[in-house]
Amino acid sequence: MELLVASGIGMMTAVGIYLILLRRAFPVVIGLSFLSYAVNVFLFAMGRLAINRPPILVDGVTEYTDPLPQALVLTAIVISFGMTALIVVLSLRGFLETGTDSVDLGGVEPRPRSGRKRP
Amino acid sequence: MSNWIIVPVVLPAFTACFLVAALRFQLRWQRAVSIVSTAMLFGVAIGLYVLAAAGEPRPYLLGNWPAPFGIVLVLDRLSALMVLLTSGLALLVVLYASAGWDEKGRHFHALFHFQLLGINGAFLTGDVFNLFVFFEVLLIASYGLMLHGGGPGRLKAGFQYVAINLVASTVFLFAVGLIYAVTGTLNMADLAVKVGQVQAGDVALLRTGALLLFGVFAVKAALVPLHWWLPMAYAAAPAPSAALFAVMTKVGAYSILRVYTLIFGAEAGPLADAAAPILLPAALVTLAVGTIGVLASRTLIELACYSVVTSMGTLLIAVGVFDALSISAALYYLLHSTLVAAVLFLLVDLVAERRGRFLGRLIPSPPFGHALLLGGLFFLTALAMVGLPPLSGFLGKLLILDATRDSPQSAAIWWAILGTSLLLTVGFARAGSVVFWKQGNGRIAGPRTGGTRVLPISVVLVLLALTAVLSIAAGPIMHEMNLTAEQLLDPARYVRAVLGGGRAFASAVEL
Amino acid sequence: MQLALLVLIIFAGAIIPPLTIRAGRSICTAATAAVSLAALAILLSHAPAVYSGEVPRWRAEWVPQLGLSFSFFADGLGFFFAALILVIGVLIILYARFYLSREDPLGRFFAYLLLFQGSMVGIVLSDNILLLLVFWELTSLTSFLLIGYWSRQPESRHGARMALIVTGGGGLALIAGMLMLGQIAGSYELTEILQRGEQVKASPLYLPTLLLILGGAFTKSAQFPFHFWLPHAMAAPTPVSAYLHSATMVKAGVFLMARLWPVLAGTGEWFLIVSLTGLVTMVIAAWIAIFKDDLKQLLAFSTVSHLGFMTMLLGMGTRTAAVAAVFHILNHATFKAPLFMAAGIVDHEAGTRDIKRLGGLVTLMPITGTLALIAAASMAGVPFLNGFLSKEMMLEEAAHTTYAGVPWLFPVLATFGALLSAAYSARFVFHGFLGAAPHDYPHRPHDPPFGMWLPVAVLVVPVIAIGLLPAVFAGPVVARTASAVTGGELPDLHLAIWHGFTPALGMSLIALAGGLLFLAAYAPVNAYRLRWPRPEAKRIFEGGIGLLVLAARRVLDVTHTQSLPRYAGVIALAVIGLGAFGFFNGTHEAGVRESLPASPLALVVWLALLLVCITVVLRHHDRLLMLILTSVVGLVVSLAFLQFSAPDLALTQISVEVVTTILLLLALNLLPKETPRESGFGLRFSRGVVGGIGGIGAGALAYAVLTRGFETISQYHLDQSKPGGGGTNVVNVILVDFRGYDTFGEIIVLGIAGVTIFALLDNALRGAAARTLDAMLPTVEAKDAHPMMLLVATRVLLPLVFTAGIYILLRGHNLPGGGFIAGLIIAIAFIMQYIASGYAWAHARARFDAQVMIGGGLALAGLTGVAAWLFGRPFLTSTYGYVHLPVIGEFELASAMAFDLGVFFAVVGTVLVALATISRVEARAERAMLHAEQGEPQLAPSVARAQRGGPEA
Repeated sequence: MELLVASGIGMMTAVGIYLILLRRAFPVVIGLSFLSYAVNVFLFAMGRLAINRPPILVDGVTEYTDPLPQALVLTAIVISFGMTALIVVLSLRGFLETGTDSVDLGGVEPRPRSGRKRP
Repeated sequence: MSNWIIVPVVLPAFTACFLVAALRFQLRWQRAVSIVSTAMLFGVAIGLYVLAAAGEPRPYLLGNWPAPFGIVLVLDRLSALMVLLTSGLALLVVLYASAGWDEKGRHFHALFHFQLLGINGAFLTGDVFNLFVFFEVLLIASYGLMLHGGGPGRLKAGFQYVAINLVASTVFLFAVGLIYAVTGTLNMADLAVKVGQVQAGDVALLRTGALLLFGVFAVKAALVPLHWWLPMAYAAAPAPSAALFAVMTKVGAYSILRVYTLIFGAEAGPLADAAAPILLPAALVTLAVGTIGVLASRTLIELACYSVVTSMGTLLIAVGVFDALSISAALYYLLHSTLVAAVLFLLVDLVAERRGRFLGRLIPSPPFGHALLLGGLFFLTALAMVGLPPLSGFLGKLLILDATRDSPQSAAIWWAILGTSLLLTVGFARAGSVVFWKQGNGRIAGPRTGGTRVLPISVVLVLLALTAVLSIAAGPIMHEMNLTAEQLLDPARYVRAVLGGGRAFASAVEL
Repeated sequence: MQLALLVLIIFAGAIIPPLTIRAGRSICTAATAAVSLAALAILLSHAPAVYSGEVPRWRAEWVPQLGLSFSFFADGLGFFFAALILVIGVLIILYARFYLSREDPLGRFFAYLLLFQGSMVGIVLSDNILLLLVFWELTSLTSFLLIGYWSRQPESRHGARMALIVTGGGGLALIAGMLMLGQIAGSYELTEILQRGEQVKASPLYLPTLLLILGGAFTKSAQFPFHFWLPHAMAAPTPVSAYLHSATMVKAGVFLMARLWPVLAGTGEWFLIVSLTGLVTMVIAAWIAIFKDDLKQLLAFSTVSHLGFMTMLLGMGTRTAAVAAVFHILNHATFKAPLFMAAGIVDHEAGTRDIKRLGGLVTLMPITGTLALIAAASMAGVPFLNGFLSKEMMLEEAAHTTYAGVPWLFPVLATFGALLSAAYSARFVFHGFLGAAPHDYPHRPHDPPFGMWLPVAVLVVPVIAIGLLPAVFAGPVVARTASAVTGGELPDLHLAIWHGFTPALGMSLIALAGGLLFLAAYAPVNAYRLRWPRPEAKRIFEGGIGLLVLAARRVLDVTHTQSLPRYAGVIALAVIGLGAFGFFNGTHEAGVRESLPASPLALVVWLALLLVCITVVLRHHDRLLMLILTSVVGLVVSLAFLQFSAPDLALTQISVEVVTTILLLLALNLLPKETPRESGFGLRFSRGVVGGIGGIGAGALAYAVLTRGFETISQYHLDQSKPGGGGTNVVNVILVDFRGYDTFGEIIVLGIAGVTIFALLDNALRGAAARTLDAMLPTVEAKDAHPMMLLVATRVLLPLVFTAGIYILLRGHNLPGGGFIAGLIIAIAFIMQYIASGYAWAHARARFDAQVMIGGGLALAGLTGVAAWLFGRPFLTSTYGYVHLPVIGEFELASAMAFDLGVFFAVVGTVLVALATISRVEARAERAMLHAEQGEPQLAPSVARAQRGGPEA
């Protein structure tokens, strides 16, 4: 089991890295979610693996898996959900604004840096 | 256990919620609330600094759970100092923003307070995973602030900024995971104890965690080669956001200071000074790269961005020596460089707004409004940034040189700092004389904007005055910095304060 | 106190001119002069003390940690220089009043001038070498402003920049030198250091310290090879040239060498470096001076030459030489400043400074002419003028100096230098002021107003007075100053015109005669000189700077390409490197924890994951496929959570997965459907390598951890969950209680995400974005937007989903569930409405404001936390109890539930904001597509291509 999980983490990380090295926004976004899958499982695995020992207290049961990493992963999942939502919309808006979803700053001049109101 | 310690987090939180929920459409009221709240925050920060200066670190047990098990905030001299710096800067920035920037998009003030909440949270927490959470808070808020006002350039730069930081966050989780997997705890004080007693077989894993964590902080602190995001993001960000971001790079520096003195510091047994061998060389390179950037810049904003990189390099050089003298010098330089970076960004904005289509480009333009005044201010800011008297930059560098003279790398450090100072002088002298002296004829096309607004310029003046104060009152300030550094380099006090006390109140009462 | 006050007055006084200028130029001038006079008065009040041998001092701490203090002292040397600076300062102020035209902002000029004066006085009175550094750099900066005063002229800008960079750079060397000196001497207080000469000279750090300090001194005093900046500084208004670049600032370097003479001088290194530099500078500069046609340029180079003269004397390291140096500092100031001012007058009145166009000025402007003649004669070293005396003493010293075993070197070159100086003085006089007056003057020159030649006259008086009766007029001053320099008792000096037939007398006669001969042979010599290439310092310098900038740009353009893939690659490699560095620098042992047997199901799932990963890498350009595969991975992950006893995680993961996928689908509906195949094999391969290494690293770490045991704090959470937190679902109790603060931060992240998303898309229906939308091609996905089945189903399902959501929310504390999951489920229900019935329908019926939900939810969570304060508990302290309700019976109520409710609202709000804003944009796009279907598709080509995923234009 451990080997499967570890190698699974490895695979997802590898794919994630591969994708964020691409030149378009969408693959990068997907790559980032691969990375977050990987890291969430990794973080979860830091509590070691246990089967049929959910941390839900039942009288008479004394063996539970480590609940702390689970809580951390839950937080991590939520946060990465928020981040993913944001970056998806960001890439969408970027595409709508520039007509391309290339992630390079190909000579796009920053907008005039002034406090002036737009006409 | 004073509830005031949590206020720098709670106050901005409620302010932001209120702005989002209730005042979404009344900009004037938003401004009023936002400014008042920031002022209150500043007041609290002063109070907290006094509290912290009174003596030992003070834990704040959230949820009233005993130390290693719940999350704990820790108010010590360093965290109080950082909160004070942040809120002080914030007050000035929010005033500047209220002069017009905040109407260029939605929710500026809400995001601004979310940003403060994140930064303060990161400074105050005594828990590694909670540090991660607040990193995320301050980052996502910074995305919002950076994208405020929109525009193609900003959106593209924003995407890169977000993507790079998401990668960093992933690394953060890997690091925290490893550290927990070996030590079984997340509380910094507890870690400080447990890391010292780690079994020989686990050292490799723990050290990996320590260095991955360092990588994350290095990204925040724009340490070469992880600095890419900074020039891009700051150049695209609206001026007030950029000015506030001046404190965000310092979050990285703070985290390095905190974690690599407390957890992986000198007492960390097999992991003692985990980051030291990398930090100093990287900082030297950072200084060099930043200087190259300053020389190469084609616009004022690039100049500002890369000079921030150089200041981070200088700061981290001092941190990298990890002794009381150099750390107190580093803290002084931290205060200085934050203020000066902020002032530079605001100033560049004021100039660009008056030069019409010439913006901040380093090419001669027709005479523009307030050229003389702005030129004078730029001259002073440049002095501070380059490190020439009379402003605080000179003293900052002098202190660092003096503090590092006994370090084995002193030669390299001195060469780097003095050499780059010369090159920076070249860069700023060129830029300044082109923009403010080499003025052609004719007049700026388009409406002369910002001509009458006094507020922005006075904000800049106040910031510069503060650096002057920093320089004149350097004696007493350095006294404080010394005490801070000593407290920082004595983890035992921190640990005793957090773990020694145990549960401050009786356990939760029944309804 | 008074000494500090003296300096302070001048700096504070700098604000007076800009204020008084409105009252007129004369008032402004008077006010400015008053400032300098006040300072002078304070200084002179110390004269009796100083000349009776005391040393007035004042001290206040500045940065004790650094050894930097405001400490001033006025010994003979400091007093002498301060007096020089202030007296000449007053005269210059008067002169400038008439020199500067009405267009020039006089107030600013005087402000700069006073700032400079203050810094200069600061240098000479500092008793702390770090304080001295501060003033030192300040003189560089103020002179930058003064040289660049006429900032419209390119030569002013270049001259100013060059001066700043050279002298400022020297200043940086000086910083290092002073810090080292302080380190050796164990103090930064000058008085202390002056006592520790032996200690310093004995130190191994002596030589580097010396070199660094000389680096500062030589740049400031324009010694070869740093001499080139001074002539270009002549772009400054003449008062500035006369003040900074002849009398004061350029003497700062000489002053520093004199100041530190007792500490540094007298060693072999000192002699070899300093005296030779001085000699070389003296000769070379004098040679160049002869051939300059611009009066100011000629004088500038002569100044350089005379600075070399002084440096050489100080370098010799003997007491008598030091005396001569001091004497010449005084004399040079008295004859060079007037010459500059005269040159300025000529320029001002005749409209040119070109020596070739001048002549006969003595007849045209008798007063100025005469004064200039006297001063020039003194510069040439004509007897009965002060220049002659100090030159005599110099030649006398040179005559007895053997350099590196070469007895003739100094005598010969010194004489030659004197000869050249006589020659350029003669040229100045004969070609400029005597001879026939040409008739092509731009305007007819005549003597200037009284105020303009008075300063010249005032300074020419001592030239004669000292020349005739040196012992009377200069004796005491020189003696006192020299004793301060040599740090001993008064030297037995005999300033007199006649010393008998000394070698010096012979040498100076040779020099005078030779000078005149040289001038006679000027034309042929010049013609000969012009045949040789002459290095043009300015072009070299500016070129160097240009190259520097160019190189920097090249480096930056290559490295900082603003290309995300590249940055991400570097960052990935850096992180991997860090990890590896950490791992391989620590001891590692394989774990001993017995591992779980792999179930066949797990194996299948693993294979599925593998397959998915491979497919994604190979077919990542097909975005829809990639999206589907991603959600498959999400499914696999949640299965893993389920398998390894984490029901909450499984539930969360799956619900998050649904929402994320919907979000991505909505986005993809507008984004290009394909990623163009760009990179070649090489790039793909290297990507693969980076990814591979990263993956292996992560996997290996995970495996290493999974196979070893550890102790954790979480046993406490298991024990305390029920008694302390009042819940049996430990994970949920941790989330809302033990680590509720994390959750607080987490929902804030969500809230911010919602707010930011709204801000991002708020104006998406205007401007460029709107145009892109209008240009959308009708796409397959858009056809039949709202299928009937889905529509009905979702509307029926809505209430059911709601109840399910509420249930999950409530049971969360004890069984898998909780606010977050509940929130997502409800949100999904709403999303279905948006998708099924379209934005308009759903939005019209949404009777709540999602953003208020966000704010409210966060506030609720926060308030639950703050509520604890009322019970004197810290933030987020939970409490719970049991209430009896009819029907339901005993029912648990925990404050954590209120918190969880806040979470719930925040989540719903955020998701709704996100999806509502996106589907609003969708709606717009759909309308655009309908238009397109009815014909007249107006496409932005780039967009059309992007839609098909074609290559960029």
